[in-house]
Amino acid sequence: MARSGPIRILLAKPGLDGHDRGIRLVLRALRDAGMEVIYTGLRCTASQIVKAAIEEDVEAIGLSSLSGAHETHFCEVSRLLAEEGAADVLLFGGGIIPQQDVDRLREVGFQCIYPPGTPLEKIVDDLRSTLRPESST
Amino acid sequence: MIRKGKILSHEGTDPSRWQEECWKPFVAGHPERAEDFQSASGIPIDPLYFIDPADPGPGEFPFTRGIHPSMYRGKLWTMRQYAGYSSPAETNARFRYLLQQGQTGISVAFDLPTQIGFDSDDRQAHGEVGRVGVPINTVDDFDELLDEIPIDSVSISMTINSTAPLLLALIVALARRREIDPARLRGTVQNDILKEFIARGTQRYPLEASLKLVVDVIEYCIEEVTSFYPISISGYHIREAGSTAIQEVAFTLANGITYMEACRDRGLDLVAVGQRLSFFFNSHNQFMEEIAKFRAARRMWADICRNRFGIDDDRACQLRFHTQTGGSTLQAMEPANNIVRVTIQALAAVLGGTQSLHTNSWDEALSLPSEEAARLALRTQQIIAEESGVTDTADPLGGSPFIEELTDRIEAEASAIIEEIDNRGGMLSSIKDGFIRNAIEQSAYESQLASDSGEIRAVGTDQEGEIPEAPFQVDATIEKTRHDQLTHYRSQRDAQTAESALTRVEETARQGNNLIEVMVEALEAKCTLGEVSATLAAVFGEVQDHG
Repeated sequence: MARSGPIRILLAKPGLDGHDRGIRLVLRALRDAGMEVIYTGLRCTASQIVKAAIEEDVEAIGLSSLSGAHETHFCEVSRLLAEEGAADVLLFGGGIIPQQDVDRLREVGFQCIYPPGTPLEKIVDDLRSTLRPESST
Repeated sequence: MIRKGKILSHEGTDPSRWQEECWKPFVAGHPERAEDFQSASGIPIDPLYFIDPADPGPGEFPFTRGIHPSMYRGKLWTMRQYAGYSSPAETNARFRYLLQQGQTGISVAFDLPTQIGFDSDDRQAHGEVGRVGVPINTVDDFDELLDEIPIDSVSISMTINSTAPLLLALIVALARRREIDPARLRGTVQNDILKEFIARGTQRYPLEASLKLVVDVIEYCIEEVTSFYPISISGYHIREAGSTAIQEVAFTLANGITYMEACRDRGLDLVAVGQRLSFFFNSHNQFMEEIAKFRAARRMWADICRNRFGIDDDRACQLRFHTQTGGSTLQAMEPANNIVRVTIQALAAVLGGTQSLHTNSWDEALSLPSEEAARLALRTQQIIAEESGVTDTADPLGGSPFIEELTDRIEAEASAIIEEIDNRGGMLSSIKDGFIRNAIEQSAYESQLASDSGEIRAVGTDQEGEIPEAPFQVDATIEKTRHDQLTHYRSQRDAQTAESALTRVEETARQGNNLIEVMVEALEAKCTLGEVSATLAAVFGEVQDHG
């Protein structure tokens, strides 16, 4: 059931990767678009991320990884979310994710994986049209 | 007025002053690569083309035109490709391959657990082992990594910061194991923790404790590992995080100032420190601006050393630097186009007078580079070095009105930023209050908006199309193998010896004394990198990034 009001999103950097240029740009663009965004900072574990997502009652979680460890961390977040009965939270991701892994991540619930250079507007539009379909055109 | 011609005679000055006073004495001791140089059509090429004979030439303070009088006529830059993945043995094979192909120095990429101080079997390392570099936890690992590589003649550069003291300790321990005098070790530890806080994200301990460790490394190297560069002050990652070229210079040199101050506070001789500092810059596509950036950085640093720190010794005022081509400029779409981008960027670094160079592989927007792409990247440097002729005179573009204007402007604008940082109480407070990060983020945001709006565009990226598959995959079984190896390693040691070595590390950290020698002893007692790092964390505390 789609919610109304501002979209609430959690952005997180799982694992040890320190590349945060991309996620900080997304953070800013989503906030500029009127969404409520919580960013966890670097080096979060999957369980910290899922806990924060539930506490903050977010509708979507965006994960970023440029260190090649996306499969481990993204899949773990997806698994723990399901375990917590929160599988309805939308998952998306970004970073340097090889094409061959994108399909695998889609299977565990990551509808969109954004490579570096993705126009910020596209991410905003995708989230709006998925989470507030009635109000987007 | 456009100044033209080889030598402008300048009333009252001798046009060959530089040649007589600087170049001739230098080449007498350091012969050039050839007796004489000429173009393909037979035009003789001079060691330098002057603009104004009164101006300092290369090898003369403030080194705008290069740090050596003969530049690449004497010696080419070091070709140093950054590599590391999976395991010490696999990385060793890649190193040996690159050396066989004519690479002249080694550059080690460590995995993130090693960079932050976690062993491969630590829970926090899960999923990260061997991904972005090689895991190194023990002296045995390091021995395997550098197997059959003569560490007293091949220089070893290590991209390592939080755990730089430990990697220095490891190479010293390895030298002792191989009965090599540590004073003969050549290479660099990056050891630039400030830019980790600003842009790269492997910081572990609080800022002040981190800075203390940086100075420990510098102090130990000045005394014991005298041919090693104990720090490489890096603008590379600041630029990758989104800064402009001007901010890259300003923040890097401001970090340099902070390290110099910390060394002065420790009581180190700043001439000795200055002679062992090195820098590391990025090279992006804006060809002329990048060339000017390197020239401006050299001039600014020389000025900082002389006027801020009162260093008389010329060599201690030289900004010597490594360059890497810009990772963030690589495109995943039509990735072969990256070969051309890398060539432009590498050429800018050479025309800017770099001392060593890493050229990115065309496939790095997709994954770690394949062996074939890594070879092509090295070949790119070799073609510039051996076929282009740009190496036959120092600072070939010096005197171009455009280049000189850009150099002056970058110097002026970067100096203004450094002054602003000074006025804010220096780099440490500007890092703590978010000033530096916010400035970089603003630049990154502006360039993303310019890209989104089509104002700036990367060729070949605007059509819909598939991103090619990644050419390289890390062996997923590495984590299990590492677990077994570490368990075995720990079972083979004398537990009491290891434990008392860790206790000495802890005591030394509490006393605030230099930690490197006790780290060497701990590693020789078969303690691991993760154990020593955890010991320090217990004393210093750990930092947390809250976004």
